Order: sequence, then C-alpha cells, then structure tokens
Amino acid sequence: MSSKEHLIKSLDAGIRFDGRRLDEFRKITVEIGVSKKAEGSSRVVIGDTEILAGVKLAVEQPYPDTPEDGKLMVNTELLPLSNPGYDPGPPSSESIEIARIVDRGIRESKVIGMKKLCMTPKEAVWSVMIDALTINSDGNVIDAVALAAVAALGCTKFPKYEDGVVRYDELTDESLPLSTPDVPVSVTVHKLGKHLLVDPLPEEEEHADARLTIALVEDGSLVTLQKGGEHTISPEEIDRMVSLARSKAEELRKLLK
Amino acid sequence: MGNERFDGRKDDEMRPITTRVGIIKKADGSAMFQIGDTIAYAAVYGPRELYPRFMHNPREGILRCKYNMMPFSGAGDRVRPGVGRRSKELSMVTEKALRPVLNLSEFPNAVVDVFIEFPQTDAGTRCAGICAAAMALADAGLPMKDLVASVSVGKINGKLVLDLTYKEEAIDGEVADIPIAITPGSGEIALLQMDGRISADELKTALEMSAKACREIYEIQKKALKAKFGDLK
Repeated sequence: MSSKEHLIKSLDAGIRFDGRRLDEFRKITVEIGVSKKAEGSSRVVIGDTEILAGVKLAVEQPYPDTPEDGKLMVNTELLPLSNPGYDPGPPSSESIEIARIVDRGIRESKVIGMKKLCMTPKEAVWSVMIDALTINSDGNVIDAVALAAVAALGCTKFPKYEDGVVRYDELTDESLPLSTPDVPVSVTVHKLGKHLLVDPLPEEEEHADARLTIALVEDGSLVTLQKGGEHTISPEEIDRMVSLARSKAEELRKLLK
Repeated sequence: MGNERFDGRKDDEMRPITTRVGIIKKADGSAMFQIGDTIAYAAVYGPRELYPRFMHNPREGILRCKYNMMPFSGAGDRVRPGVGRRSKELSMVTEKALRPVLNLSEFPNAVVDVFIEFPQTDAGTRCAGICAAAMALADAGLPMKDLVASVSVGKINGKLVLDLTYKEEAIDGEVADIPIAITPGSGEIALLQMDGRISADELKTALEMSAKACREIYEIQKKALKAKFGDLK
C-alpha cells in the first residue's frame, strides 16, 4: 500500500495522523508586537507551524493609475531555516503564490483605507509592506501567513513623519486605517480522495489531490479564491469547501480580537 | 551626557541575555539568542548532501552559513530581502568563526548548513548570530571541540565599552566597532573585525574585555544546552 492509500484509508476510518477530526484546526496562537523594529508585527503558531510577520511603512510616490491611493506589498519567504526542503535563493513559485493569495485577500477586502494613506495626491502616499516568514514549516503555511499578515496590520502604528522624513524610532498613537468587518481570513480546504479537510499536516498536503484557499470577510462574502493541486474539484465539493471554510473562518476571526 | 551610557550600563556590562535551544522542530539543531533588543534564530541542517557538486570536498564536510536580517527587523527602512554584499560578508565571517571548533572529517562531500535569521535587531547582530549558531551546532550533535561565544567591543567618545547598541553606534563623533568571537575553552580568537580607529593598547584592552564577557556568555550557552539535554540521563 502506498503512503497515499494508507492516508486515505485512515481518513475513511475518520482518523488523521495526529488524531484530529477532518474539520479541526491544530492549536492556534496569535501574538502581536513581536518585533520592536517593525511598525506592526505578529507571531502565529498553528500546531508546529510558526510564522513571523512584520509591517513596514514608508512614504512613496503613488502609482500613476491610483494617484490618491496608498500602496500595498505582501512578501512571503519560505526560509531555509524553517524546513530542510526550502533552499536559499530567489523566491520559489510556492512562496510567490502564497504572497499573492494573501495580497489579494487584503486588497480585495478593502480592509485598508487606501485613500486615507494619501498625503499629497500624485506625490506622496504611505506604502504598506508586509513580510511574512516561516520559522517552522509544518503544514498549512498559507492560512498561517494570511492570519499573521492581518494580525500584524491590526497592531500597526504610523511612525512620525516630519519635513519629508519618516522617523522610524518614534511611533505615533495613530493606527493604520482598518475596517474591522472587512478583515480577510483565509481557510484552505484540502481534498484527499473523497475527503475534505482543513489545516493539513505536511503528509496530507503532499498527497492532496487538490486544495482551495478561500478568504472571507466578516459577513461571509468571499474575497479570494485560489485552487491548487493536480486534480479537479466538483461543483458540489466546492460548495462543501466554501461552507466548511466559512465556519472555520469564524473561529479564526475570534483569535484576532 | 557625561560618562553615562544611554541605558545606564557600566562600560564593561553587556545587555541582558536570554537564550533557548531547540526552537525549530524541523531543524537538526536550533537555538535562539537574544542580547538586549537583538534577537538571532539559528537552525542547523546536516550533514546532508551538497549541491552543486563542484563544491564537494572529498576530505571533509563543509560548513555553509547564511546570515539574513528579516525585512522588518532593522532600524529605519525595510531591509530588502535577498543576499546583499553586507550579508554575504557576514555569512562568510560567521562561517570562519565557527569552522575552527567543528570536526567534519567524518562527513566528506557533505554540507552542514547554518541559517541565521534576525526578527529584531539593535546592533551586534553578527555576534548574536554566532552565539546562536554555535549552540545550534551543539544541539545538532555535531562533533565539536569547543563552543564559540561572541560580543562586540566599541569605542565611543574615546572610551572602550562592551556590547554597543544601535543608538551608541549612531552617535555624532568617533565610534569604533570591534566584533570579537572567542572559543571559550581555549581562549583563542575566532572572529576579529574592526571599523574605526583605535590604538594597539586599546585593542589589547578590547580583547580582554571581550574574553571576560565571552566566558559569561559561554556559561549561559552551556546552561541552555544542559536545560535541553540535562534530563536525558
């Protein structure tokens, strides 16, 4: 029996390798303010997966097509420190995909008041740069990065800005303009045989037929979808994946408060 | 300002140190070393297969270190990810500081990878990184004849002080920064760099100051390693 068959056989019996139910996350902790040098930062631990995220703010020229909007950049690094399978070098497509999924969730939810980040149209806007890095990578990095990114945004304070210079050593009391109901929370549902499960272990990720990452805002609207994996998903399965993600997202959202 | 340091420390006083071994589950060895507001994480992978092949050394394994500041870890602008000239040099000197205590003769053609990451920095990163990496190597169970402890000595306003902060490095006026690493068992120097201007006598004093401080660090490192392995008996 291949290890995939073995895995599916266990799931048929309702057993995951670590004893969880299929719709159950591992223990999650969210800690904020973990790096004094960032304007906002967080540590999210899901099981043995640990992510650090930090927000840096800078004053930059806006993009020509959005002269009155702030800028957003999300970057993910799968650090070689966190997993023997991650190599040093330019970003892998895996890390770029994660960063782009998280970027879209934040952008499309409109959680950040981009217009409020404008200082002088066409000239100066705040740029929000989020970096999320793996410290230990042990499954479900996508959801952990997404959660860490919004947790870090939630505690971000503006640095002082005087005479065209950002004073990074002096944070003000002013928080980033965020709309709480629009905070995106991501849940990735994996398909393994006929089973759907959340918060996969690395073994489950490796053998999954397909996955669907779903980011939702508080009222349950979807703001990001990303299918991954080698196999197809049926419309009926998508339906079940969305409702599973919706109920799990509510649980995750509580951790941000 | 007088002779006081910004944080009220004595001239030969380090910032508080906390450290822990075995923080990264996937790694073969790992450690966290915090001195003041500078935090270093180190993870060791290996001995493992080495690519590219032309780097193979048939006589013994090689040590490869990678020093990296997280993008949000610095004072000021975001640090752009990727390898720059500074991180390349610091990776190299870290490697040279750790190599003397390692015996890799049993691992020809293999590599021991050490990854050092900084989530938060306030000067003294290469020294903190070396301290963390030495502990991570020991945690990985590699054959070592000694640990490596490291701290910087600085000269500000004509006076030698231990373990500079960023604020001290950035003062107006003459500053010298002398990162030093020592193999505490033998008292040998494993890393010595300097920028600034000092006299030969001052160098001697700086080495003495760092030797004393490194012996303190050594005790802290041993204690943290014993805390993980002590109860195995």
